[in-house]
Amino acid sequence: MKKILSLKNAVISIAILIGIWQIAYTFSGYSDALFPSPYQSLLALIEMIKDGSLLENIKTSMYRFLSGYVTSVVSAVLLGLILGRFPSVFKYVNPAVQLLRPISPTAWMPFIVLLFGIGDTPAIVIIFIAAFFPVLLSTVSAVGNIDPIYFKVAKNFGIRQPQLTWKFILPAAFPQIANGIHLAIGTSWIFLVAGEMVGAQSGLGYQIIDARNNIRADILLATIVVIGVIGIILDGLLKFIENRIMKAWGGQQ
Amino acid sequence: MSYIEVKDACKKYFQNGTETTVLDHVSLDIEKGEFICLLGPSGCGKSTLLNALAGFEKVNSGSVKINNNEVTEPSEKNITIFQNYGLLPWRNVLKNVELGLETKKLPKEERQKIAEKYIELVGLKGYEKRHPKQLSGGQQQRVAIARGLAVEPDIIFMDEPFGALDAITRMKLQDDILKISREEKKTIIFVTHDIEEAVFLADRIVVMMANPGRIKSVVKVPLSNCRNRTSEDFLYVRDKIFELFNLKADDYIDYII
Repeated sequence: MKKILSLKNAVISIAILIGIWQIAYTFSGYSDALFPSPYQSLLALIEMIKDGSLLENIKTSMYRFLSGYVTSVVSAVLLGLILGRFPSVFKYVNPAVQLLRPISPTAWMPFIVLLFGIGDTPAIVIIFIAAFFPVLLSTVSAVGNIDPIYFKVAKNFGIRQPQLTWKFILPAAFPQIANGIHLAIGTSWIFLVAGEMVGAQSGLGYQIIDARNNIRADILLATIVVIGVIGIILDGLLKFIENRIMKAWGGQQ
Repeated sequence: MSYIEVKDACKKYFQNGTETTVLDHVSLDIEKGEFICLLGPSGCGKSTLLNALAGFEKVNSGSVKINNNEVTEPSEKNITIFQNYGLLPWRNVLKNVELGLETKKLPKEERQKIAEKYIELVGLKGYEKRHPKQLSGGQQQRVAIARGLAVEPDIIFMDEPFGALDAITRMKLQDDILKISREEKKTIIFVTHDIEEAVFLADRIVVMMANPGRIKSVVKVPLSNCRNRTSEDFLYVRDKIFELFNLKADDYIDYII
């Protein structure tokens, strides 16, 4: 029932969005080439699906996204687990992290392109940077917030590293780490497009630049819609995995 | 030579430049198989003494020995039961009880069999697959007790284990822990601020006072293993403890006369 209700909300909400688009199209005086209608964009979408270019670009983008995001999450969690256990070390790491964190990953772009050239790597590096800091910081604070009683129990039963990490620290910190991972998937997806607009000759971000160069605003808008839909799917997928883990670990939320 | 020997133990804390003495030259001997209650108001150092015995804290001077060995760190032979249970919420009851057995080299079935035995002992048969969140406070503490017993410890330290439970549940658990302690023949050191609880459970009550934390006296409880909370003997011992804490009103005697 709840699912049907939220589906109803989603349908209405998106219908309103498309309605506003249609109204803006009808009353604005721009030519179709600059500002196409929802229907024209739909036709462009079908065209892209038919000639296979959309699927090709999605595949390229997903490959970059997953390699960047997964390596980033894994390394940030591992580093966070270590730094979280050594607050005295983290005291010296934290200022540097705080300095680097507010820098938009796109600011690194020219530098990255100079170092790695055009291709997969710049986008992967950008995504890595985008996901790294939120996951690192949430992991460090999650480990720091673990109830000290767990460490007492572990000590009492003679449980040492690496068992301590797998049996105590990771599950105890998981809910808060998951928050960071969740936050990061959104930002990473945002920066994938930015990365591909500058440092790549393929992928969804490049497709936007390419559409602009060919003055195909219909393809451009269709691509934007696709990017949004994939973003929702990724978020939903992650939520699903999170819930499965939470459930297996006794539904602690 | 006693089984557990605390000699001249001192412990001080420094906070904001002021020094607090939580243990002031505390000495105590405990024999194997005894049920000892450390009783006193908050700040009397009873938990600190327990933590020193369990190896979680070190005393500044003096010695804490178990079996003639200086206590320096927690040991699997001496299990502590905490007030807030310390169960792992991501594990079900069975897996929680198996926790301490995992460091021992046991086959999986063996481990499960031992865990099930102790789950049954604490009266939670049928709850193996539940998670701690799905249990009441009393049931959670039972799981913690089963987890402790499963590794067959020599000593069980209990730090106000029933402090967070309602009165009725608390009495039920007191009955059970008394029974278990007789059957399993464990040495139990039990911290509490509840006088009745101490009289009901202990072979000897270590009465402690605050500022500085010290032992005022050690009271032997001359009651049988089968105790009755309303019997005359019980009330007599309880009264004696009340007196030690100056809890009996001065005009109390006059009133009776």
